[in-house]
Amino acid sequence: MAETRPGAGRRIIRWIDYRLPFMATLEHELYDYPTPRNLSYWWNFGSLAGIMLVVMIVTGVFLAMQYTPSSEQAFDSVQHIMRDVNYGWLMRYAHENGASMFFAIVYIHIFRGLYYGSYKQPREFLWMLGVVILLLMMATAFMGYVLPWGQMSYWAATVITNLFSALPLIGHPIVTFLWGGYNVGDPTLHRFYALHYLLPFVIVFVVLLHLVALHRFGSNNPLGIDLKGPQDSVPFHPYYTIKDLFGLSVFLLIYAFFVFYAPNFLGDPQNAIPANPMQTPPEITPEWYFLPFYAILRSIPSKLSGVLLLAASIFILFVLPWLDTSPVRSARFRPVYKWVFWLLVIAVVALGWVGAHPPEGIVITIGRIATFYYFFHFLVLFPLIGKLERPRPLPASIGTPVLAGGSSPLGRAGAPLEKP
Amino acid sequence: MPLEMSRLVRLAAALAMLLALATVAPTYAQETPPLPHQQWSFDGVFGTYDPAALQRGFQVYKQVCSACHPVTHLYFRDLTAIGYTAAEVKALAATYQCAAGPNDKGQMYQRPCLPADPIPGPFPNEEAARAANGGALPPDQSMLVAAREGGPDYVYAILNGYKPAPSGVEVPSGKYYNEYFPGHMIAMPPPLSAGAVTYADGTKATVPQMAHDAATFLTWASHPNLDSRHIMGAKVFLFLFVTVGIFYAAKRKIWSRIH
Repeated sequence: MAETRPGAGRRIIRWIDYRLPFMATLEHELYDYPTPRNLSYWWNFGSLAGIMLVVMIVTGVFLAMQYTPSSEQAFDSVQHIMRDVNYGWLMRYAHENGASMFFAIVYIHIFRGLYYGSYKQPREFLWMLGVVILLLMMATAFMGYVLPWGQMSYWAATVITNLFSALPLIGHPIVTFLWGGYNVGDPTLHRFYALHYLLPFVIVFVVLLHLVALHRFGSNNPLGIDLKGPQDSVPFHPYYTIKDLFGLSVFLLIYAFFVFYAPNFLGDPQNAIPANPMQTPPEITPEWYFLPFYAILRSIPSKLSGVLLLAASIFILFVLPWLDTSPVRSARFRPVYKWVFWLLVIAVVALGWVGAHPPEGIVITIGRIATFYYFFHFLVLFPLIGKLERPRPLPASIGTPVLAGGSSPLGRAGAPLEKP
Repeated sequence: MPLEMSRLVRLAAALAMLLALATVAPTYAQETPPLPHQQWSFDGVFGTYDPAALQRGFQVYKQVCSACHPVTHLYFRDLTAIGYTAAEVKALAATYQCAAGPNDKGQMYQRPCLPADPIPGPFPNEEAARAANGGALPPDQSMLVAAREGGPDYVYAILNGYKPAPSGVEVPSGKYYNEYFPGHMIAMPPPLSAGAVTYADGTKATVPQMAHDAATFLTWASHPNLDSRHIMGAKVFLFLFVTVGIFYAAKRKIWSRIH
C-alpha cells in the first residue's frame, strides 16, 4: 500500500521469483513454450478438458455448499438448489451437463491421440497418465451421479457396485465394504460424496503430471514428426492462446445450448423420482458416456467374464504404446491404419448404441461383434498393421512445407528442442 | 431345490411359463403409440410460460388433481411466480391447515398455512395415499413432468387418453384403460370431464383445454426457472456470438504474421 511508485509490482514479482520461480516457470511453460506450428483444431481439446475440469470444480464447490449427503435429504436438497437457491439451477445444470461435455471432450482428445499416434515413443508415459485421468474421471462421474439420490442414481449405484461381487471369494466382502452395509444406503451416499469431492483434486494433480510429461517433449502434431529446429515451432503465446480461446468460445456455444435450452436432454427422467429401494426402474441405463463400456459388460453371458472384459477394455489402453509396432506416428502416412482407425470409431459408437438398448435379438449380435472388434483392433490389428504396412515417406520437417509457401522466418521462435 | 427337479417337472414348468407368456402377451403386444406433440408457449428458445394458462392450470390442480396428488416441492410463496399477488397468496394459504408446534405445552397443533409453508398434500403419508387409492400411489405432481419421458406431452396424452378397452382386453376392477399409459392399465379414474372446473377468466373448460392448462402448470411446477433460464440463455448466446467473432478475427490477424 505504501509503495505506489511504478515498478513496485514488478520488483515484488522479481523478489518472489528469485526465491520461488513461479512467474518465470509460467512464462517459460505457457508464454515462450515452443509449440509445433502446424497443430490443427483437434489439438484444442486438451486445453478444453483442462478448462472443463476447472468449471466442474467451481460449480461443484457451490453445489456442495447447499447439498445434503443423507439418504433422507439428498433428493430434497437438490430440489432446494434447483428452486430456492439463487442461480442454483444454473450451477446444477452447468455441473450436470458439464460432466457430459467433459467426457465428450476427453473422448475426442483420446481419439485424436489414437489417430496421430500421440501415445508413441517418447510420449508413452504422457499417454498412460491420460488413461489414469480417464479412470479417475469415470469413478468421479459415477459417484457424482449417485448424489442426487434419484431412482437411476440408486439403481446405477447398486448395479455398478454389484459388479465386484462377480469376483470369486473376495467379491461379496468387497461389495459390503464399498456399501458400508448390506445394500446401497446412507453410508454409501456419505462416502460417495466424500470421494466425489476428493477425486477431482486427485485429477488436478494427475493433470499437472500430464502437463509436465507433455512439456518434456512438447505436443505431437498432425505430421507426427519431431521438431527439427526453431522454424518448426511458434511460441505458445499468442499463437495458441488465441487459437485455444477461439475454440473455447465455439465450445461454449454448444455447452450453453445444453445448459439453457436442453438441460435435461442427456439426463434420465427416472432420476426425477426419489430413490426407492423397493422398486426397480423399468430399465437401468447408465449415462451416455458409459454406454460403450456397459455394452462390453453385457456382451458376455457370464458376469465374471463381462466384468473382466469391461476392466480389460480400459486397461488395454495402458499398453497401447507397446501393442502398436509402427514407428510412424501420424495416420496421414499410414495408408492402412488411416482406414482401420475409423473401424474402431464405428465399433465404439455401435457399442454406445447397443448399451442404450435392451439386450435382445440383433442388439446382442451387434454388441458381440463390436466387442470382439474392439479387442481385435488393439490386440491383433495394432501389432499386425505396424509390421505389414508400408508407410508413406515422411516430410523432412514441419517448417519446410509451410515456409515453402513463402513467408518471412519467425521473429520470436522457440529454442530448438533437444533430441532424446 | 432346482437341482432336484426332474426333467419332467422342468418341462412342465417351461410349458406353464410359455402359456403364461401367451396369455400376458396381448396386453404387451399393444404398443403405446408415440405421444402427439402439442403446441406449448414454453417451447423453443424464446418460449416462456403463459401466465393465464398457468393460473388456469393451478385452478385445475387445486380443484381436481389435488384430491389425490401432492405437489411436494411447491410452497405457497412460489405461486407469486405465476402471477398471484402476495396478498392473494397469503389469503389462499390461510384456507389450508398446516401442522405446527410444539407449543409451550409441548403439543403439536394445526394453524392456517403461511406463504412460507409447503402446500400440504391430500394424504399424511404414502400408506394413507395407497389405502385411499386401491393400493396405487398417486405420484408427486411437482416432479411429474420432469419424471416422465415426453414431459407435458405425456401429461396431456394421459389426460386425453382414456378409451374403451379393445375387444379381448380385460380391464381388472379398479383399473382403467388408457392408450398412453405404459401397459394401458391405469389406476387413476378419468379425472377430467367437461365443465369440471369453472375458469375464473371465463375460458370454456373442455377436457383438452383443462388438460393443456394442467400440463402447463405441472411443467412450471417441475421447471419453475424455465423463463429466466431462456432469457439468460439468449443473453449468453448474444455474448458468445460476439466473443466468437472477436476471437476469430484476432486469431486470423495473429496467425497472418506467420502464414
